[in-house]
Amino acid sequence: MTSEQANPIAQVLREHPQDLLEQWIQVQMDAPWVRLDLIGEAEIRAQSAELIELLGAACQSGNVSDIQADEWGRVRDFLRELSRSRATLGFSPTETAQFVLSFKMPLINMLRQASPSLDMQVWQTMWQASVLVDDLALYLLDVYMTSREQVIKRQQMELMELSTPVVQVWEGILVLPIIGTLDTARTQVVMENLLQAIVETASDIAIIDITGVPMVDTSVAQHLIKTVTAARLMGARCIVSGIRPQIAQTMVNLGVTFADITTRASLADALAYAFAQLNMRVTRNESS
Amino acid sequence: MKVLSHETLPLRQPEDVVLVRNKVRNWMQEEGYRLIAQTRLATAVSELARNALDYGGGGVARLEKVQNGSREGIRVVIEDRGPGIADVEQAMRDGYTTGSGMGLGLGGARRLVDEFEIWSQPGQGTRVTIVQWR
Repeated sequence: MTSEQANPIAQVLREHPQDLLEQWIQVQMDAPWVRLDLIGEAEIRAQSAELIELLGAACQSGNVSDIQADEWGRVRDFLRELSRSRATLGFSPTETAQFVLSFKMPLINMLRQASPSLDMQVWQTMWQASVLVDDLALYLLDVYMTSREQVIKRQQMELMELSTPVVQVWEGILVLPIIGTLDTARTQVVMENLLQAIVETASDIAIIDITGVPMVDTSVAQHLIKTVTAARLMGARCIVSGIRPQIAQTMVNLGVTFADITTRASLADALAYAFAQLNMRVTRNESS
Repeated sequence: MKVLSHETLPLRQPEDVVLVRNKVRNWMQEEGYRLIAQTRLATAVSELARNALDYGGGGVARLEKVQNGSREGIRVVIEDRGPGIADVEQAMRDGYTTGSGMGLGLGGARRLVDEFEIWSQPGQGTRVTIVQWR
């Protein structure tokens, strides 16, 4: 019994789970960050009750400081799942963290009641300091996430610029290898680069190679058709190459047809076709 | 049908569509599904996820590894809380669209997968469940 007496947190969690829960729910419902548009009170209540129970069990071990220890495994599992579900629902990182932080008030309140001799003034000052530091940490988390998102956005933009080269492989023949996904923004860049290159090189034929496109859904197909149509308006003939067997099959199922677009299985086939169109021939040297 | 494992992913922005279908692809690669099955399911998921985003205002995709007797498969449930579809039969028809797409997504997705089920209620949202067996 001595170890239980030595640990007031474990004691409070074991003896007053219901009071803790009610106070905690009250705090969460009154908080400015509560997201009742994303989650109902019943769900908040269930999650809060479960965490109190798990905390109680973990604290019974006597370890109330090292949450990486084995006896805290179930608490960590619970929090991992909660974090994932809240992220899915659209909670921000700080709103997710607030769920746990808001438990501090009821927990400390309970502990204070257990020691009536505590100086009220001192307690209030300490509480203020604690909340202040929490708020600073949350602000930092928010700013950190924002700057990380900005880095990712910038990298995406740079990648888009890099990944849409237009190559002149022969006089009058352009090749546009597309690698990755073709979305609306990317199509815009691809189309601009291609049309620009058609004007600059006065090319007759543009080969759009999709060997590096993992899948063609109706959206990608539509973007390809738009690009081909625009190139045609500029007076260039287009060939779409690199249509792999599994992509051909899914396109048939989808009902997408490149009816009036010249297509070839490989880039080599497309190039041979382009040479033929321009009345050119590749011949082998008849030496020795 | 037994669910062996599952994962839920959000559909809030265009990048999420790519994330979800890549996840489907990775799962199927790990499990050794044939390339054609991977491409079929990933393409169908791409169509449905984009629908949920463009017409349903976003939603969630739930990926499940399922088992039915000795048969294994991948089930994907794509759900939104958007305006719903008033006439499902019409929406399934090729070439019909209320937006700017080709109008082939829903019907195409049904032809790509082994099982296809659609639930939609005007004002409540749309849920499409698809399964690809090994």
